[in-house]
Amino acid sequence: MNLIELLVAPFRYTFMQTAALAGILVAVTCATLGVYVVLRRMAFIGDALSHTVLPGLVIAYLNQWNIFGGAIVASVLTSLAIGWLSRRREVREDTAIGILFTGMFALGILLISTVRSFRDFTHMLFGYILGVTNDQLITIGIITLIVIVTLIALHKELELTSFDSLHAATIGLRADWLRYVLLVLMALAVVAAIQAVGVVLTSALLVVPAAAASLLTNRLPRMMVLASGIAIVSALAGLYASYYLDVASGASIVLACIACFAVAWAVRAVRERPAGY
Amino acid sequence: MFIPYDNATPTSHTEARSDVPALELTQVSARYPGTHQLALQEIQFCVKPATRVALVGPNGSGKSTLLKVAAGLLPLVSGTARVFGKPVGQTHARVAYLPQRGELDWKFPISLRKLVLTGRYVHLGWLRQPSRQDWALADEAIARMRLTDLAERQISELSGGQQQRALIARAIAQDADLLLLDEPLNAVDVTTREVVSQVLTELQQHCKTVLIATHDLDHLNTQFDAALYLVDGRQVEVVGN
Repeated sequence: MNLIELLVAPFRYTFMQTAALAGILVAVTCATLGVYVVLRRMAFIGDALSHTVLPGLVIAYLNQWNIFGGAIVASVLTSLAIGWLSRRREVREDTAIGILFTGMFALGILLISTVRSFRDFTHMLFGYILGVTNDQLITIGIITLIVIVTLIALHKELELTSFDSLHAATIGLRADWLRYVLLVLMALAVVAAIQAVGVVLTSALLVVPAAAASLLTNRLPRMMVLASGIAIVSALAGLYASYYLDVASGASIVLACIACFAVAWAVRAVRERPAGY
Repeated sequence: MFIPYDNATPTSHTEARSDVPALELTQVSARYPGTHQLALQEIQFCVKPATRVALVGPNGSGKSTLLKVAAGLLPLVSGTARVFGKPVGQTHARVAYLPQRGELDWKFPISLRKLVLTGRYVHLGWLRQPSRQDWALADEAIARMRLTDLAERQISELSGGQQQRALIARAIAQDADLLLLDEPLNAVDVTTREVVSQVLTELQQHCKTVLIATHDLDHLNTQFDAALYLVDGRQVEVVGN
């Protein structure tokens, strides 16, 4: 087989086409939002959100409800709780988030342990993009649309509150309200990403492509486009690895993101080296 | 369609020329959230429009606190604060607050030009994007602060004086009637001092009111119309008001 055939062959199968589309949508959603996650230093929150959806997923599964619905409810409630906790003074924000997410994750594991077999839940924990159904693809598509439209509509406000919340407050713009909006968008992105890379690795999709893009450009819109490009390439690379090497797709996607980050780091290092070296 | 960021109603700049005080504090006391001690106690002070007024006092005297009260950033414990006759918080478009430089994330990836453009956001409200006129006003403000050559530079690459000028450019782009400046000439270069002083004089000539927190007592008599002395959050003396 030549290179073109190697690239095209997997997409003769419908499940691969669906997986690719899901991967692209998840990549764009997480990468564009991830730029704010990285610049606003919310990476830990992203990780927390992805872990706290587990009890929602499990409860929905055990009651034969829509698992996406369970995940959305759990993640949105968690994001609002994080927003509320962040404003309290009893404990520091990172401590509060750490307590919340470990507790919720432990609850999810406990619920899983009440079922005789862990097998059904490995897809939730580690992702199974090759198993995305058309209904799930539609849900992911709706989430992508909500996230992208909101980011475009609120771009100038989100950007301003990211670096100068004081000026924002002076002109009557509620930075805390926008933070809640961002947290809810993160919650939705996490739900979309779980199908691709699972609960455990979702935060990587939020953080790594954006972090790589931030090494290559210092313009926010360009950073979002670059991050999306990196994430899409990583998603497709992960799919190819899964297809040809029969390895876990979620982990492959994340490792591809890490590889892109390493390349970005090297490019920046070469750019910044003193002349003559 | 204009959707304001809060329920403030648009205000007219013509009031800047009237007898309505630019800032009127009546027995104002304020404290920071989560603290018990009053940061300001029973301040009674009036700033006439189109004047330049100094807030003077040692560190911790309440200068920054008073500016934050005037900007609507700190709730009052007691008393009233009005800007151009309206309660503080209802005149966002007419008030520009310049904090000390450390209160902004200067490492954020944004150009100087874009930073100055954010001064126009209060006039845009939700959903509207800056127009060509907004960009032109931003460019004009940048030119007034002699920063045109640095317009596309990242704010992380600016010197302290350039950062200060950028913030003042933003206030000019906003076309605010009341400028609240927190130690604008603190640790800046000579060029910045000259440009800022010149621009503040021009602003006053255009009927803008400027309230400046400063340690610099050298030019109080020559550059300011009035001064409020603060110590430990209390009003000690008012000069020239």
